[in-house]
Amino acid sequence: MSGIVIRRIRQGYRTMKLPEFGRPGAATRPGRAGGRRAQGCLRRYSAALGAAVLPERFRGLPGIDFSRCRSPCGECAARCPTGAIVPRTAAGIGAAGEPPAPFTLDLGKCLFCGECAAACPEGAIRFSGDWRLASRSRGSLILDGRTFRHADSLEKKIRRLLGRSLRLRQVSAGGCNACEADCNVLSTVGWDIGRFGIEFVASPRHADGILVTGPVTRNMRAALEKTYAAVPTPKIVIASGACAISGGPYSGSEHVFDGVDGILHVDLFVPGCPPHPLTILDGLLRLLGRIR
Amino acid sequence: MNTGMEHVISNAGAVEISAVPILPFQEFRDHVAWSVQGGLGLSALFACPQDGAFRLFAVLRDSAQGVLRVASSLAGSSYAALTPDCPAAHLFEREMAEEWGLHPDGHPWLKPVRFPGGEPACGDVPYYRMEGDEVHEVAVGPVHAGVIEPGHFRFQCHGEKVFHLEISLGYQHRGVEKLLVGGPDKRSIHYAETLAGDTSIGHATAFCQSLESLSRREAPPRAQAIRGIALELERIANHIGDLGALAGDVGYLPTMSWCGRIRGDVLNMTALICGSRFGRGMVRPGGAGFDVDAKITGELEERLAAMLRDARDACGLLWKTPSVLARFEGTGAVSNRDARSMGMVGPAARACGIEEDARHDLPAGIFRFAHIPVSSSRTGDVFARAYVRWLEVQRSAAFISEQLRSLPEGDITAPLPPLPPDSITVNCVEGWRGEICHAALTDSNGRLRAYKIVDPSFHNWFGLALAMRGGEISDFPLCNKSFNLSYCGHDL
Repeated sequence: MSGIVIRRIRQGYRTMKLPEFGRPGAATRPGRAGGRRAQGCLRRYSAALGAAVLPERFRGLPGIDFSRCRSPCGECAARCPTGAIVPRTAAGIGAAGEPPAPFTLDLGKCLFCGECAAACPEGAIRFSGDWRLASRSRGSLILDGRTFRHADSLEKKIRRLLGRSLRLRQVSAGGCNACEADCNVLSTVGWDIGRFGIEFVASPRHADGILVTGPVTRNMRAALEKTYAAVPTPKIVIASGACAISGGPYSGSEHVFDGVDGILHVDLFVPGCPPHPLTILDGLLRLLGRIR
Repeated sequence: MNTGMEHVISNAGAVEISAVPILPFQEFRDHVAWSVQGGLGLSALFACPQDGAFRLFAVLRDSAQGVLRVASSLAGSSYAALTPDCPAAHLFEREMAEEWGLHPDGHPWLKPVRFPGGEPACGDVPYYRMEGDEVHEVAVGPVHAGVIEPGHFRFQCHGEKVFHLEISLGYQHRGVEKLLVGGPDKRSIHYAETLAGDTSIGHATAFCQSLESLSRREAPPRAQAIRGIALELERIANHIGDLGALAGDVGYLPTMSWCGRIRGDVLNMTALICGSRFGRGMVRPGGAGFDVDAKITGELEERLAAMLRDARDACGLLWKTPSVLARFEGTGAVSNRDARSMGMVGPAARACGIEEDARHDLPAGIFRFAHIPVSSSRTGDVFARAYVRWLEVQRSAAFISEQLRSLPEGDITAPLPPLPPDSITVNCVEGWRGEICHAALTDSNGRLRAYKIVDPSFHNWFGLALAMRGGEISDFPLCNKSFNLSYCGHDL
């Protein structure tokens, strides 16, 4: 027993502090955190995030300097493994109502492999350290030169129903276990997602929604739909990872459905391959209106 | 080297397909069965369409000699099954039957593996059933209680006692092997990295070595060392995570809580090198995607020492706590004989006293120059599997620390020429679950004509079923975690 106590003291208190605002140098800074209670909750646990969590080489939100792009060179699109980068025709660029960018980059398809950044002879694409990638709509994930729109919170009525808790059932539908593992890690003492009232539960009947990973294989579709049906309404669906959003590297395989989007209505998209735990947490807190 | 019966290659060796002798089927069957009975491992058994029939390839692992023996034969639409004389072939033969319609006559239990065609629906098989008063059946999955991958488990029980566990997988099938055919292309490496996401480094290394050995090239020494460091970090992260989960499954919370965090520390060390906690982008054909500078090696050494100190505290408690040992010891034991006959690999096999480790027996890459002792145990139970993993954590940490101090100088990538036509290569990498085997064949244009992937889980899932025999159903989470097999690695 004394051995346990001594070791407990040595291990110390290791729950991570979480960033309240954007990191210094982040492209955009989010506004004030949500309501008074939410702010208090975050303030208590927040401080600048130690560099140990997000290493220098972390590849987050791509920062694109479209003015440096020498379209139509197409190097980036040619190297992209998932077709996330689509060059636009010269006629469309700058036309009324059209985005000004010579190409678009779809975060929902992006594997964050960095091939495009390495391919661009002008250095127009750089992956930043910004982990905040989640969005409420599929369209917002397509970077086209306009400001990236972070996830909005759920409708007030649903937030009131949820109260201060969010319970999710995780469904892996062809996920490679990387997305699953970095979801799982949120429940460890390091991240302690329970402090925000968020919990992964064993039964869909105890859940407020499902968090889906994987491209949705043909063999998992029925189980996914049954799990969704077992969640009481109103329910939310979160697609986490490139596979769940677009099929990721498996898009086009005859054995998968290219993501959950065409099967269930998705309320939150969390890009990444796999998304960093901080990216998932950021998305969940935004969904709940704890971060805005 | 051609012995007449087979072509002998070293691990990561390549040869023209025409150099592999085609034996008459009966000779092939006897040769494979006798070799395996004589102590060789069956690393892979697969079919490839050729001239209107099928060419069967068997890759025999000769750990004593440190070589791989590749034998082949031709078969029509059916052949005499090897399984009755070589149980380790059972799943390979089911796989070939499902993929190519190649019927193994006399296979004792022919049923689908991955349900790729939609008919029958995944999991829809006549399950083995016991009849009798008070015999009951427990069905679990595909969606489980935890945040894990899907699979279906069916227990035949009498009270708490499990007579048989049948495991039906296939829910994760994405068609990886077929997607790789025609490559390599810009997506290929991403299939390798995601075919079992917790083994990104292991599979990516096997894939890249396959391309390199086909092109008769080697990654630069510095890249080989970086790959080795990443592979061992992956092993440590997973072993520590599983030791923590095992502690959780027996209700021992200190180790569970600490290991959950320490695992993250190790993943973050991987991310320090390549930006991704799972090593995405680390291993690339021809070398490594990221170099390390003095700042990173210094930081890694520091973190490694701190991690090991914390892990000694956390895991050390397991071996001195009677309530933990009482649950670990004797639970889910697999005999050495069963483990051998089913062809089990990795820590699960080493826990049964099978002292085989591809890093030691079939060294490739950095493991030709730096050796890691083989960790093994005797009892084959949860304790042995846990303890072998703990030994491996310490030995991998020592290896990493040695490598960080003696990194070779030089480039980290060397460009690869186009692949040569009509060649075959076999690459074995000791992933954290055991031997990963990739066999690649090129066509006349130098494109991948077939790509066979054998994840260690493929060999070991039946071992989990054996571990449960005669045990109690409440032991299942513990047994399952002690193996922690991959669903997508099996389903591909």
